[in-house]
Amino acid sequence: MPVIHAKAILNGERLALSRALTQVENNTAEGLNILEALFPHTGKAHLIGVTGAPGTGKSTLVNQLALAYRQPKDGLTPPRVAIVAVDPTSPFSGGALLGDRVRMQDLAGDPGIFIRSMASRGSLGGLAAATAGLVQVFDAAGFDIVIVETVGAGQAEVNIARLAHSTIVIEAPGLGDEIQTIKAGILEIADILVVNKSDKPGAENTLRGLRNMLSLALPDGNHVDHHGQIMELENEEDSSENGWIPHVLPTVATSGEGILDLVNSLTAHYEYLKSSGLWQVREKKRLKNQLETLLGSALRSRWEKRIAPDIYQAALAQVINRELSPWRAVEELISGAGL
Amino acid sequence: MGNSQSKIRVLIAKAGLDGHDRGAKVVARALRDAGMEVIYTGLRQTPEMITEAALQEDVHVVGLSILSGAHMTLVPKILKLLNEQGLEDIKLFLGGIIPDEDKSELTKLGVNGIYGPGTSTQTIIEDIQQACQ
Repeated sequence: MPVIHAKAILNGERLALSRALTQVENNTAEGLNILEALFPHTGKAHLIGVTGAPGTGKSTLVNQLALAYRQPKDGLTPPRVAIVAVDPTSPFSGGALLGDRVRMQDLAGDPGIFIRSMASRGSLGGLAAATAGLVQVFDAAGFDIVIVETVGAGQAEVNIARLAHSTIVIEAPGLGDEIQTIKAGILEIADILVVNKSDKPGAENTLRGLRNMLSLALPDGNHVDHHGQIMELENEEDSSENGWIPHVLPTVATSGEGILDLVNSLTAHYEYLKSSGLWQVREKKRLKNQLETLLGSALRSRWEKRIAPDIYQAALAQVINRELSPWRAVEELISGAGL
Repeated sequence: MGNSQSKIRVLIAKAGLDGHDRGAKVVARALRDAGMEVIYTGLRQTPEMITEAALQEDVHVVGLSILSGAHMTLVPKILKLLNEQGLEDIKLFLGGIIPDEDKSELTKLGVNGIYGPGTSTQTIIEDIQQACQ
């Protein structure tokens, strides 16, 4: 396999890009070299996360979103769009069926679009360990918009919010009552809440439930709920995360209804992040999160290299026989590796 | 860093106009259960779409399902496009209704394996694993 040159990726060579994505996904030494070389060129793309329960229409919505972004507007060149679609790896076989492309066939043949499917490979939280790396390769390769579609998410798969600038959470009608909307977790991470399949019965209830949920969460100090109207208070010192009220939008992704509103909301959120200084705050959080994740896995693999397998097996046997507590075993295994 | 890991990646595509994808799905499922990462693209894929998807997904293998009888048109076209894109390393496997008299011609063109009805999925899995070594 020939060496992949970072320059070829920066020049937009698609084969080099694709091969680089594989090296990064497989966490090879070459993949690390590529990331290293590309890192100075990252930080420009608008990273959009799309998450939601299985079957709510994530892939179909991403398809429409990418189509909408690729429509030329006002004679401007449309942005280039990369899509990273994550599907789950089987915990039994290690294999995966990646089926998101089935819903993205409208995007075929457009050189301004690049779709890459990836398997979660054992990671929890809705993304794969290498997703952040793939996103950085696309960013450096000059894609203006990078859309990350997560594994079909339950309530706690919230890692996407640490990766994306703008997070879309997709709901569908009929998935639960109002109590579901005030639980912690996935709804909290939304910058934009989409009720897809809004032509189905119950969509009005879902929309109302989500709007009510937001009116409970607010006022936050900057806003008051005054007879159903959210009013912004003037407050100069506080420029925290609270200045954005999540948009709640109905869509029908199969027909494209509501997609333009979604694009407008994303643009508004992008401009809000830029003008409020939150863009830098999120970048900082994102890179900190990436650094900590890398540090965690580096420490673990260093530990794995240092600890003798028989010491580990002996400790495990002692724990199983209830001769040693798991907490004590961890202490001994870490000090046993000289860490 | 954690251990590097690599998986066999396979693109399963239904080329041409027939709408019967049960065979493709059975094979996709079997390859998944054999630990491969299977990218399923769905029905009515043109040679251009298949080549583009193979490039973007950086697959080792393309598995084509053709039941329409158009294999002598579609397969040479896909092989040609793969070559043009610098994807000559990709192994092409073919399933469906392929008459015996076409098989040697297709093999000569560069098809790695041809599987008709009744093939055990285990045979396909082993052939792919061997081709990817």
